Amino acid sequence: MADVVLVTGVSRYLGGRFVKLLTTEPGIKRVIGVDVIPPLHDIGSAEFVRADIRNPMIAKIITQAEVDTVVHMNLIATPLTAGGRISQKEINVIGTMQLLAACQKAPSIRRLVVKSSAAVYGSSPRDPAMFTEDMGPKSLPRIGFGKDSVEVEGYVRGFSRRRADVEISMLRLANIVGPGIRTSLTDYFGLPVVPTPFGYDARLQLVHENDALEALLLATMGPPVGIVNVSGDGVITVQQAVRMSGRASVPVPLSASGLLGQLVKRAGLADFSPDQMRYLAWGRGMDTTRMREVLLLEPKFTTRTAFEDFIAHVRSGLPGGATIGAAVNGLAGSAASVIGHALSSGRND
Amino acid sequence: MVDPKVIPLRDGATAKTPASRRSGTDALAVGVARASGERAKRRRTPLLVDPSDDGIGLRPALSSVDGRGAIRAHRPRPVPKSRPVPSAKTARSSGTQPQKKPVRPKRSAFAAAVVASSSDAEPQSERAHAAFAIQEATASAPAGSGSGLDELLRMAIATLRGAAEMAGLSGEDVERRVAGTLAFLRRRLTGDYTVDEFGFDEDFTEHAYLPLLRPLYKSWFRVEVRGIENIPSVGGALIVSNHSGTIALDALMTQVAVHDEHPAKRHLRMLGADLVFQTPIIGEMARKSGSTLAANPDAERLLASGELAGVWPEGFKGVGKPFSERYKLQRFGRGGFVSAALRTGAPIVPCSIVGAEEIYPIIGNLKTIARLTGAPYIPVTPTFPILGPLGLIPLPSKWIIEFGAPVDTASLGPQAADDPMLVFDLTDQVRETIQQTLYALLMQRRSVFF
Repeated sequence: MADVVLVTGVSRYLGGRFVKLLTTEPGIKRVIGVDVIPPLHDIGSAEFVRADIRNPMIAKIITQAEVDTVVHMNLIATPLTAGGRISQKEINVIGTMQLLAACQKAPSIRRLVVKSSAAVYGSSPRDPAMFTEDMGPKSLPRIGFGKDSVEVEGYVRGFSRRRADVEISMLRLANIVGPGIRTSLTDYFGLPVVPTPFGYDARLQLVHENDALEALLLATMGPPVGIVNVSGDGVITVQQAVRMSGRASVPVPLSASGLLGQLVKRAGLADFSPDQMRYLAWGRGMDTTRMREVLLLEPKFTTRTAFEDFIAHVRSGLPGGATIGAAVNGLAGSAASVIGHALSSGRND
Repeated sequence: MVDPKVIPLRDGATAKTPASRRSGTDALAVGVARASGERAKRRRTPLLVDPSDDGIGLRPALSSVDGRGAIRAHRPRPVPKSRPVPSAKTARSSGTQPQKKPVRPKRSAFAAAVVASSSDAEPQSERAHAAFAIQEATASAPAGSGSGLDELLRMAIATLRGAAEMAGLSGEDVERRVAGTLAFLRRRLTGDYTVDEFGFDEDFTEHAYLPLLRPLYKSWFRVEVRGIENIPSVGGALIVSNHSGTIALDALMTQVAVHDEHPAKRHLRMLGADLVFQTPIIGEMARKSGSTLAANPDAERLLASGELAGVWPEGFKGVGKPFSERYKLQRFGRGGFVSAALRTGAPIVPCSIVGAEEIYPIIGNLKTIARLTGAPYIPVTPTFPILGPLGLIPLPSKWIIEFGAPVDTASLGPQAADDPMLVFDLTDQVRETIQQTLYALLMQRRSVFF
C-alpha cells in the first residue's frame, strides 16, 4: 500500500515513536522524517531530513523521493515547546499551508494523514454531551491551538477538493496521555496543587499514547477513513483526575483563571491558555463509533486506565500529599472497621 | 494501603516487653518504659494529637520502641478483617482491565461494592448492603491503625448510639448509615467512582444528592405519586411535565419520585436549559445528577441507550410565570421532544405536577435587574426580596405528581419525525393531556397545604 512515507514533526515525542513504529512495518520501503531540529531519540532505520515545512524546500523532498503517503504530525498543541504562541501558530498554520501546497504539486501523493485534535469542537456549556464527526463546534475556538486546528482542517478540506484523487484520513485525537508524552494537560496534572475552575467539573476524554500511535498506524496503512474521532472509552472528570493523582485542587473562579494561567505560565510550571481553561470548565465528549467501525481501532486503554498509567509515571505532588491521602484513607477505614466491630457485637447481644 | 509489616512488628513488641520486665535486671528501664508509655498514651489521646502527627500508618511501627505494647496488650483491638472479596469478582475486575498491574485490593473491593449496589434491585437485606460498605472501607484501612483514634471513634459511636436510641431510632441503623457515609467519602477522596459520558455520577446521586432532597420530598412537600406504573421498567421513555415554581424544584422532586417510588429504582435523566450548565455549581450538580443539555442530539442519545429522560418543554416561560397564571400551561417549545421520541420510538409519559405553583408565588418581576444580570427573570414573592435569604424557604404546599398513560410513538416510525404537522399534533395531544390532568387534580385537592 504505502511505499514511501514522509512524516513531519519527527523530533517530537509522538512523531519519533511513530516513525520508529513505521520502520518495523513490512510493507513500507522508505520512511522519511522531517523536522527543523534533529531528533534526540532513536528513530530506527528512518531517514531524517532536516527541513522546515514552512519552506518550499519540502516540495523538493516530496517530489525527489516520490513520496506517496504524507503523515502530518507537526501540529503543536503547547506553545511552550514551539517557542511561544506566535511561532506555534506559524508552524501549525503556515506549515500546513506549505506542506499541502507541496503535496498538491506532487503527482506521486496518494494519501494524506493528518493528526488533528478534538480541540476543533471547542468547549462551551451549549455543547452536546458527545460530538459526532459531522457536528461543528457550538462556539468556534477563537484563540490558541483550537483555532489553529480549525484552520488546519479548513486547509485540508480545501486540499481534498483540489486533489480529489488523494485519500484523506484525519484523526481528531482526544488529549493524549501516557508515561512518556508531555502536553499542557500532563503538565497541568503534574502541578503540585492543581487549580480547577470553581463550580465546574468538566468531563475529560483521554487517549493513551500507544492507542494514538495505533490509530495513526491504522490510518496510514489501512483503508482511508476520512474524519474520525479517536479516544479511549469512558470519561473522567477533572476533580476525579486530581483525586486519582493524589493531589490537592484549589478552586479558582473562571474569571480569574486567565490571570492565574499567566502566572503559572510565567513560572514555567504549565502552559495554560484561556481556551484550555474553558475546556477545564466544560469539558468535551466525542462519539467514537466511527473509530470502531471505520478505523477498526479497539483502544487498549480506557480514559481511566490511560490516566492511571500516566499518574503511575509522574512524580508525586506535594511532599506530604501521599501521606495526607493515606491518613484520610486510614481514618475512614479505621472508623469503618470500628463500626463494623460495633455492628457485629451489636448483633450478638 | 494495607501495610502487612505493621502487625508483626507490634505483636513482637507485646511479646518482648513482659519478658524484659520478668528478667528484672533493669527496674529503671522498666519505669522509664512505663512512663514513656503513659506519655505516649497521653500524646495519643485524640484531642491532644499534634497536627503534624499524621501517623495512622507510621505510629504503630514506631510505638514498638517505647514499650507501649504493654499498655496496649489488654486493650481490645478490633480484629483486622481479612478482605472478603469474592475471587470471582476480583477476576472480573482484572478481566475488564487487561492493562492493569496487580489488582489492588482497594479496587477489587470497590468492584465488590459495585456489584452489591447493582444487584440492589433483587431483594437483598439492608444489612448485607451495609456490610459490603463496611468491608469496602475496611479493606483500605491500615490494619489495626492508631488505637487512640479507635477509642475516639468508639466513644463517638457510643454517643451516637445513645443519641439515636433517645431519638427512637435503632442504633444499628445509624451505624450502618455512618459506615456507608464513610465508605462514600473514601471513594470520593480517591476518585474511585465512575461517571458516564453525560457526566452522570451514580455514586454521588445515590449517596449524596438524593438523600439531600429526600427530606424536602417526604416531609416538606409530602409528595403523593400516582400512576408510577405508567413508567416502563426497562427501555427508553420520555417523561414530559408541566413546569412551575420559580425554582425548578418540581424537576428535582420528580427525579426523587421516579427513583424512590418506581420498583426498578430508575434514574430520571433530565434535560436542562443551557443556562443551567453555564452557572457554576448548579451546572456541575446538574451534570452529576444525570441532567444533560435539552437538545435533540442528547435527548436522542439518552433515549436510544434506553434511559428514562425527563423534559419540561415550557422552560423558563413555565417556571417564571406570575402566580395569577398558575396551572395554565405555556407554549410547549417547538416540539423538539416529540421528534426525539419519534426518532427513537420511545413512549411519551405525560406527567402533571400539582403543588409546585404555590411554593414561591410570583407577584412581580424585577425586569431591569434580570436584564442586567442576564437571568431570565428575578422574581418578587411575598417573602423573597423583603426577608432576604429567609425568602428562599419554599412554602410547604402539598404536592401530587401524576404520571399519565404512555403515548406510543414506535408505531408511527422514525420518519414521522420529519412530518411537522404530526409533530405539532402530538405535542398538542400531550399538552392537552397534562392540562386536563392538572384541572382534575386541582378539583380533587382539599387545600393547598394539606
